[in-house]
Amino acid sequence: MNKWQDNRAWFLVMPVFLIVAFSAIIPLMMVVDASVHDISGPGNRVFVGAEWFKEVLGDRRLHDALRRQLTFSGLVLLIEIPLGVAIALAMPRRGWGVSVTLLVLALPLLIPWNVIGTIWNLFTRPDIGLLGVLLNGLGIQFDPTAAPLDAWITVMLMDVWHWTPLVALLAYAGLRAIPDAYYLAARIDGASAWAVFRYIQLPKMRGVLMIAVLLRFMDSFVIYAEPFVLTGGGPGDSTTFLSTYLVKLAGGQSDLGPAAALALIYFLIALAVCFAFYRALQNVGSGDQR
Amino acid sequence: MALIQLKGVAHAYMAKPGAPEDYALKRLDMVWQDGRAYALLGPSGCGKTTTLNIISGLIRPSEGRVLIDDRDVTALAPRDRNIAQVFQVPVIYDTMTVFDNLAFPLRNRNVDRKEIRIRVHEVAELLEMTADLKRRASGLTADAKQKISLGRGLVRKDVAAILFDEPLTVIDPHLKWLLRRKLKQIHEQFRTTLIYVTHDQNEALTFAEQVVIMNEGEVLQTGSPQELFENPKHTFVGYFIGSPGMNLIPCQINGDAAIVEGAPIALGEGVAERGRAAGGELVLGIRPEFLRLRPTAEQGNVPVSVRLAENLGNFKIVTVSLGRLALKVKVPEDQEVPGEWAYLNFPPEWTKVYADGRLVE
Repeated sequence: MNKWQDNRAWFLVMPVFLIVAFSAIIPLMMVVDASVHDISGPGNRVFVGAEWFKEVLGDRRLHDALRRQLTFSGLVLLIEIPLGVAIALAMPRRGWGVSVTLLVLALPLLIPWNVIGTIWNLFTRPDIGLLGVLLNGLGIQFDPTAAPLDAWITVMLMDVWHWTPLVALLAYAGLRAIPDAYYLAARIDGASAWAVFRYIQLPKMRGVLMIAVLLRFMDSFVIYAEPFVLTGGGPGDSTTFLSTYLVKLAGGQSDLGPAAALALIYFLIALAVCFAFYRALQNVGSGDQR
Repeated sequence: MALIQLKGVAHAYMAKPGAPEDYALKRLDMVWQDGRAYALLGPSGCGKTTTLNIISGLIRPSEGRVLIDDRDVTALAPRDRNIAQVFQVPVIYDTMTVFDNLAFPLRNRNVDRKEIRIRVHEVAELLEMTADLKRRASGLTADAKQKISLGRGLVRKDVAAILFDEPLTVIDPHLKWLLRRKLKQIHEQFRTTLIYVTHDQNEALTFAEQVVIMNEGEVLQTGSPQELFENPKHTFVGYFIGSPGMNLIPCQINGDAAIVEGAPIALGEGVAERGRAAGGELVLGIRPEFLRLRPTAEQGNVPVSVRLAENLGNFKIVTVSLGRLALKVKVPEDQEVPGEWAYLNFPPEWTKVYADGRLVE
C-alpha cells in the first residue's frame, strides 16, 4: 500500500468531516460542557458534575411535560393512523378525483409550521375566530386560552388536520401497490369487504404504516412550533411539551446548565427512538424479502 | 360438472360503446364442454382475459348471457358461481399459513370445520404440500404460491371449472414444466373443465385438447392442435400457430390455378372456383413444413432464389425469394440446400386459399 495515496483520501473526507463537526459535534459538545458547569456570566464558571442532571431528573415540571408529551404522541398515533387509513381507503382509485384528493390532502403539509399554529390560533379565538365564535354562539363554552381541555382539543385538532394527510398519502401509496389480481382472487374466494381489508389491504400496508407510525411518533415527540404559537404552552403549563419546556428553561429563564442537561436527556430519548425506528425499518425490509 | 355456454356475449369497457372497435370482446357464441381442457390463445389485448372474467363473473358482459348447466348466471357475483380462477400473479394471503390460505374460500362459504380439515388435507396431498401446511404462506417460492392459488380453487367441492389466466408467466422455466404436468394430472383425475389463457402457443398446444384462437376480440377458430395446424380457418391462425408461421402470399385466380408473381400454382379440386366466388382479397397460404424444396425443375414447380438457410439443429429453415416475396421452407436437417436457385413444390392438399382472411373451403 502506498502511504501517499492513503493521505490524499483525507482531503476527500475533510469537507464532510468539517460540516458534521460544526453542525453537530461541536454544538453538542458545547451543550455537554454547559451541562456540567454553573455559568453565571462570561468567564465565570464552576464545575458542578452531575448536579444539573440530578436536578432536572427530579424536576416535577419536567415529569409533567414528559407525561404530556407521551400522552400527546399516543393520542396522535391513535387518531391519525386509523383516520389516515380510512381516508386512503375512501380515496378514488382512478380518474380526475385522484389528483384533486391528492392536492387537497397535500395542502396542510405544505404550510410552514408556525403558520399552522397562527391559523388555528385565529380560527379558535373566542372573540374573532370562526370556530371559537361559532361554538360560543351555539352556547358551547370554548376558550383554548383559558380552559386546558379546550387547549388540548385545539392542539389535537390542529395536529390531526396537519398530519393525517401524511398518513393517508402513505397508506394510499401502499394500497395502490396491491396488484388487481388480489382483489379479483378475493372475489372468487368469496371474501367479504372486511376480509379483504383484514387479509389483503392491511398486511400489504404494513410496511408503509410502520413508517407512518414512526414518523408520526418522532415528529409529535419533538413538536414545538405549532403548540407554541397556538397556546404558548398554556393555559398554565397544560400544553407545555418537552421542547416547549426546554425553550422556557434555556431561553426564558437563562438556566443554561439545567437546560443543557435537559437537552442531552431529550436528545438521548430521541436517539433511542431513532434507533428503534431504524431497526423496525430494517425488519420491514427483510420481512418483504422473505 | 357443468356445461358452460356463452350466448351472444359481448363486452366493452366504456359506458356507451358505439363502433365495433369499442368492444374488447365482439359478439361471441361458445360452448365449453364439460370435463375438457381448453386453451384460449391469442396475442395480448385480444380479449381472452375478458372472456375468462366474464365466465367467472368478475366482469358482467355488456351484452349476452352466461349459462352454467342451463342456469342463467349472468347477474351472479363470482362467489355465487361454482367457478375458480387462478391469476398471472400468484395470490396468497400473506399473514395466513398455507392451511388457512387453502381453507379461506371454504370459511367464506361457512363450510363446517371438520369438512374444511378433510378437504384441505386432500388438496394439500394432491399438490404435495402437506409438509408445508403449518408454514406461513408468505415465505414460499413463486411456484408454491401458485400451487396454493390453484389449491384454493380445487378445495371447493362444487367447482365445475377452473380458469387460468396465464398462470405460469412468473414461474421459472424448469418448474413451469412440472406445474403444467401437475395440472394435466389433476385434470385427468377429476375431469374438471379447465380453461387456460395464454399467449404462448407451445403452452396451449401441449396443455389443451381444444384450442380457441382469438384476435381483436373475436374467436377465429376452435379446434384440436392438429386441426389448427393442418387446417387453419383464418390467415391469423395460420400465422400465429406454428413456428415459423404459415407463408401468406397475395394471389389471383386464373382457371384452376392460383397465380403468384406470374407463376401458376395448382390448387385442390374446386378451390379455385370457390375462391373466385368468394371474391375479396385473395391470399394463398401454405405452411413451411409442407413446401418442398427441389434442386431441379419438375412439372408444376416454381423457380425461386435461395436467400438464407438457418440450421436449427434437427431441421433447417430456408428463406427463398419468389419474385418480390419471401417464403420460408422447413426442410430436414440432412437435406442439401441448393446454393442459388431452387424449385418449390406446392402440394395442392396443403395449399389453402383465403378470401379476406377467411379460408375458402
